[in-house]
Amino acid sequence: MKFVDEFRDPELIKSTVGEIESLMQGRSYRVMEVCGGHTHSIYRFGLEQLLPSSLEFIHGPGCPVCILPMDRVDEGLKLAAQKNVILAAYGDMMRVPGHSGSALELKASGLDIRMVYSPLDALKIAVDNPQSQVVFFAIGFETTAPATALTVLKAQELGLSNFTVFVNHVTVIPPMRAVLDDPDLKIDGFIGPGHVATVIGACAYDEIARDYKKPVVVSGFEPLDILQSLVLLLRQLNNGEARVENQYARVVPWAPNATASTVLAKVFELRPTFEWRGLGAILQSAVKLRAQFSQYDAEVRFAEVLANHRIDLEKDRIERGRGPSTPCGEVLKGLIKPNQCALFGKECRPEKPLGALMVSSEGACAAHFNYAHERID
Amino acid sequence: MPISFKDERIELAHGSGGLAGRRLIEGLIAPYFQNDLLSKLSDAAVFPVQAGRMAMTADSFVVKPLRFPGGSIGSLAVHGTVNDLAVSGARPLYILANLIIEAGLSVAILQEELAAMAQAASESGVLIVGGDTKVVEHGKADGLYISTAGVGVVEAPRALSAEAVSIGDKVILSGAIGDHGITVLLARGELDLSADIKSDSRSVWPLVKALLEACPQALRWMRDPTRGGVSASLNELAADCGYSIVLEEESLPVDRAVRGACEVLGLDVLHVANEGQFLAIVDAASAEIALAALKSTPGGSRACIVGEVVETKKSPRLLVRTPYGASRVVDMLVGDQLPRIC
Repeated sequence: MKFVDEFRDPELIKSTVGEIESLMQGRSYRVMEVCGGHTHSIYRFGLEQLLPSSLEFIHGPGCPVCILPMDRVDEGLKLAAQKNVILAAYGDMMRVPGHSGSALELKASGLDIRMVYSPLDALKIAVDNPQSQVVFFAIGFETTAPATALTVLKAQELGLSNFTVFVNHVTVIPPMRAVLDDPDLKIDGFIGPGHVATVIGACAYDEIARDYKKPVVVSGFEPLDILQSLVLLLRQLNNGEARVENQYARVVPWAPNATASTVLAKVFELRPTFEWRGLGAILQSAVKLRAQFSQYDAEVRFAEVLANHRIDLEKDRIERGRGPSTPCGEVLKGLIKPNQCALFGKECRPEKPLGALMVSSEGACAAHFNYAHERID
Repeated sequence: MPISFKDERIELAHGSGGLAGRRLIEGLIAPYFQNDLLSKLSDAAVFPVQAGRMAMTADSFVVKPLRFPGGSIGSLAVHGTVNDLAVSGARPLYILANLIIEAGLSVAILQEELAAMAQAASESGVLIVGGDTKVVEHGKADGLYISTAGVGVVEAPRALSAEAVSIGDKVILSGAIGDHGITVLLARGELDLSADIKSDSRSVWPLVKALLEACPQALRWMRDPTRGGVSASLNELAADCGYSIVLEEESLPVDRAVRGACEVLGLDVLHVANEGQFLAIVDAASAEIALAALKSTPGGSRACIVGEVVETKKSPRLLVRTPYGASRVVDMLVGDQLPRIC
């Protein structure tokens, strides 16, 4: 298959692994792949098995489902429980546990929750169901944010009054800085998120290389992409360099995508702060709809519902005390490996996840669980 | 005088057991399945039994949409039942089919499905010898559900079971995987994606029969990898026999369009449902003979040896070995596979 097979060529993979081995001679490095897609690929293709153990992968905070705090999940699901509301969400969101169950469980109990592949599908549901309020549960980094923005503009163009978006879009640079600012963490370099860079451009990582003196190699998602990116990263590390390199040039431009940037700037503005699961509040790390689009903002349309929900939740918390906590943050920051968590594979499993990292196939824990290493030979 | 059925839609009255119900059964349904066992329309079909062993199975079909490229709920109900018997080493003989119809279903659609069942039964060499019909309120079912029971006579000379499997046995797959699951997923129209593929829904009995004739003593275990795909079937086998199974990724037959859809949607083809394939575990010494028998049977040209049974390291698992030397564990799915966003 074109665009796939050439990036999985066994001979090239073997020779690239050989190159990595020689670059690693007598050295050890810790490399963070920020993006959940890369985490998935590393496990899916068994890349860790091929590489020297002195090259350690730290799985970073780049899975949009995993970093969403449970309160936000609850709030989205609360909207689905309102009379006459249809909630539309990406497949990734369907199994994420809230306090009172996941979207899939609530759907099975009768709520109208639909899985969509694009926000435009959610818009179509709104067009087809004029008597219902359709809420799109928007998640993702800059990768998926432009599609949401365009959908809001489309809703405006169509004059829809029954479509809103529950915006949970986040930005990729602030959490990278947060991870680097953590004194406990030692990261030598980054495999830079690829698809998000199609929007923000590879140049967006310049500040990481400049301010923290860490090399960043923007990478594709096939085995050879990731291996070649490691070669580039190791060469920089061995030479004491800290630059941004773009391995994924067939998809990622150096400059930001002008069209997407315009649309994002038109529709969204930065939130002063946003809570990240495991990382806590990070300043200017997420967006919301600008005031002129407030009629499409679920947080405005359902402000009262959400405010009451938050009061109830707070009361509940005071009564019950704190619920069971999961050390997802430590995994997200790479302080511990998924299987070093006491809950991993025991209380927390893909069929009954306690933490979001166990939900999405991009979550480090689910990837580790599903594709756990077992060498055949 | 023959009873005729002239209504355009199924109504609750058709399930009442009164005259309307009789008209539905005798005037519409039964004529599609003319055979001596059915024509008496008594409370049970009575048939002679042969010496030996018989196999019996049950299945239910709730597919949405009812029709999809390459098949429909009617043909699927017959093939699914026939295949459960076939992979048990049994020649399929008789099927009971229960129809649960949603009030409001157009009679034309019901007729299409009855015709599809009749055709699939005839092609599979089985008789539909009876069944039950219920009508439920509008909104309580997706048009039509079919529940079946099947009976067959066992032709495999030795018991097919996980206990018969041993280290070194080969895994044979009857043909390309993933077609049915991807076809139905796309036919739902929820994803803005189309591809030129159709369901693989068919009876696998002719292929099983070829295997039974070519190497009756070498056949250890068979399964049709329907829901949960190859992964579910082989994970169950691993758990039951206590050994691990290793598949060679390169040797898995997958059509281009199916592979493309899986890549785009982030699905693993090993989890995707099939309705016209089966997996067989065969003694290594007879594996090539078994493969040749399948390949020379119509519909078996894409059969191949895809892996083998190996010693268990930690716990019995299904593993896939990549062509570049890495391997990954393929676990059973928790729920449905959900497409990924990025």
